[in-house]
Amino acid sequence: MELLTAVLVNKGLITAFLLVGAITAFSYWVSNKLSRGVIHGSAVAIAIGLLMAYFGGTYTGGNRGLADISIFSGVAVMGGAMLRDFAIVSTAFGADTRALKQAGWAGALSVVIGVVLSFLVGALVAMAFGYTDAVSITTIGAGAATYIVGPVTGTALGASSEVIALSVGAGLVKSVLVMIGTPLVAKSIGLDNPYSAMVYGGLMGTTSGVAGGLAATDPKLVPYGAMTATFYTGVGCLLAPSLLFFLVRLAV
Amino acid sequence: MVIYGVALLAFCLLMGTLAGDVLGQLLGIEANVGGVGISMLLLLYFTSQARDRWQLNKLSQSGIAFWSAMYIPIVVAMAAKQNVAGAIESGWLALVAGVLAVVVSFMLIPLFSRIARNGAELMKDELEEHQ
Repeated sequence: MELLTAVLVNKGLITAFLLVGAITAFSYWVSNKLSRGVIHGSAVAIAIGLLMAYFGGTYTGGNRGLADISIFSGVAVMGGAMLRDFAIVSTAFGADTRALKQAGWAGALSVVIGVVLSFLVGALVAMAFGYTDAVSITTIGAGAATYIVGPVTGTALGASSEVIALSVGAGLVKSVLVMIGTPLVAKSIGLDNPYSAMVYGGLMGTTSGVAGGLAATDPKLVPYGAMTATFYTGVGCLLAPSLLFFLVRLAV
Repeated sequence: MVIYGVALLAFCLLMGTLAGDVLGQLLGIEANVGGVGISMLLLLYFTSQARDRWQLNKLSQSGIAFWSAMYIPIVVAMAAKQNVAGAIESGWLALVAGVLAVVVSFMLIPLFSRIARNGAELMKDELEEHQ
């Protein structure tokens, strides 16, 4: 038993391949037998992944979900930013460049509007919860954009660590909800073509949320959503500590 | 050879990430601006050039197709390493802010998709008029 554990830990990435394979097989079985294909297999697999991440996190108290359990540490490599970005870029192979060109400007516009919109919602919620200083309101608003924009903004403005933690929390909630929610609302928001996928990527912005949400909805749409989402965090880090902070300071 | 496709993909991601970092630095922010997007455009450029100037044969293409097929499994692993417990335990303010941000953004998608589509059709009409 100890020998087996040692093998699983030493060959972590390979263990992760086996684990994800097993999750996928189980998910497609659930999708076919229990939901008769109504809920997509990959949506089930992502939901199971998130569920395991929750139990892993509560069990170890760490912040990397299942990957903090030593035999599953390879999950952090397989699902890390490096391989994720590698796989996202590969999906562009065979993408429709005409759609990218035609909807490019709408995609760019949706990134800016997406950042401002999420920021506004986050800032208003912060004010509703009793925050009155511009730095805290701006940091929490930035966190509602993504969990990277929040701490970058908070650090730049000198927010308290408690507020920075809140902004990361808001961003995490957003990214998890986008992963789970996208396949559920895809039909009613018309997320079934390259144009709406670009707008979706720009408005949502969280790379992991968009990657997971589109994978569970229709993998063919991934390159279009990922293309715009990849600019979101940068635009957020640009706008939140400067222009948006300035506007918040005027308002409060 | 399969490795040619994988190497081309690697080249695009590395150059795109570098460009995104440089762009971030020029803008004076500590973040990568559009690295993945630039990488995708590079890959699209090289794979479309391949037809005219050099051959990206079936085997080389399969080096890219493999990673494309690994996309969903990688996303499942990504989901399994998210800090879900942290998201749930971060308190009401974070929950409300995160949920509302998503709901409001979802609601705007149909509106902007329509604008994007109309714009695309306008461009198509213009192109046809020019021809």
